[in-house]
Amino acid sequence: MSSTTADPYGAQAHARAQAGTSVEAMPVLPATRAAHLPPGVAPEAMLWAETIAAGGYTSKILNRGARIELTDIDGDGCVSMLAFNAACPVERLNVADTMKIQWNAYLGAGRFILSDMGRVILSILEDGAGTHDGFCGASNEAANARKYGDGTNHGTHPNARDRFRIAVAKYGLGRKDIHPCINLFKGVTIDPDGATVPQCGPFAPGRRVVLRVEMDLILVFANCPHVLDPRDGYSVTPVRVRAWRGPATPPDDPLRNATPEGQRAFLNTDDLFAR
Amino acid sequence: MADTIHDEVVPARAPWLHDVRAGETLEIIDLEGNQAVDFLLYRTDDDAERYSAQDTIAAQGNIFLRVGSVLISNEGQAMMRVTASTVDYHDTIGGACSCESNTLRYGHHTRSQHACVDNFLDANSRMGRDKRDMVSNINWFMNVPVEADGALGIVDGISAPGLSVTLEALMDVTVVVSNCPQINNPCNGFNPTPVRMIVRR
Repeated sequence: MSSTTADPYGAQAHARAQAGTSVEAMPVLPATRAAHLPPGVAPEAMLWAETIAAGGYTSKILNRGARIELTDIDGDGCVSMLAFNAACPVERLNVADTMKIQWNAYLGAGRFILSDMGRVILSILEDGAGTHDGFCGASNEAANARKYGDGTNHGTHPNARDRFRIAVAKYGLGRKDIHPCINLFKGVTIDPDGATVPQCGPFAPGRRVVLRVEMDLILVFANCPHVLDPRDGYSVTPVRVRAWRGPATPPDDPLRNATPEGQRAFLNTDDLFAR
Repeated sequence: MADTIHDEVVPARAPWLHDVRAGETLEIIDLEGNQAVDFLLYRTDDDAERYSAQDTIAAQGNIFLRVGSVLISNEGQAMMRVTASTVDYHDTIGGACSCESNTLRYGHHTRSQHACVDNFLDANSRMGRDKRDMVSNINWFMNVPVEADGALGIVDGISAPGLSVTLEALMDVTVVVSNCPQINNPCNGFNPTPVRMIVRR
């Protein structure tokens, strides 16, 4: 009795029979066929439709003007984000400048995210979460091993830094390129004595964040438990990603003009695209 | 009594690079007061492992560096420990000034002024490192409070002439410093001044 995969034709038939399988955490191609379109977005405008697994990661190059909606489907997602200038990846997200230039440590609607070259790379158009973190960064293998007994990338408790390491390697980037990240959906606030106060939920399902891409970017998302999550178990749920085409930010954009620092950051980004 | 194996005054506005081996200490003295010392740290034998402000904050549950704080790498390893400090706390969220970020903070007229990132690139590029090696830094003697509403800023310092901080190396590390040249905010009291570095074994 030979198995159905004992010869190449059998193996081929077996492989092909798997096509069309649908799971929660997967990309939908083309994105124009995706379900759960953001409000008011036409299918033909869609660029990216994917659900990131619990503990998973994904990445994408998105161009200036694109919008990204992240949805914390079940209320326990934690999206750690890296961002690089797609044309020149040595320019990347700078968390310290993002806080310092805006004179505020907390991210939310109306704020922007900066590169280390004084350019705005992303704007936060909508924020239904209000719990984000620029202080505590990504989990690593040692931290997850201490907390869960295992932190390996191939195990059942993968850490965000290893997810980043694998993701950026696919763009020819390495350990030196993994810069301080921003964590979306899980928050940290600071007490008067400097103490970090984690906000790890779980939260209500369906919280959304909408970002505007201000320059051509390599975006990397890892979805692993927050490094300060106080719970004993490895608790994280899938996050839905939708991206679609949109216009570049016009000169009269309210977010762009809300602060003098922001106006200059957008000028620096425009300068990059002067042709 | 520990032996002094290196003693150097870093001029105002200058970079400084030095290896500190496990077990040695580095004392940084704020000679004239309120001089921000921007500080990067690499594992000497593998410089892709380096100081991480985020890992350090997460590990100690606090944004301020004080006596007892352990400086943690991007891979979760202990690099140095603060063994003494005559200043209550130091900053690690304020980042380093750059020509580019100065254009946002103060205006494009500051573009040609010297900045910490240029100092870091100056020192690091002599050792084969580049902009990918610009990551999160410490600002010794710099004061960056966070208010209840998240308001954050570099404000008047809490250091004074002669105050110091001492770090013990827990692994062989390479220290890269920018003696901050910023003149547009209070981090140097609007007057960059020299600092002294003493390594002891």
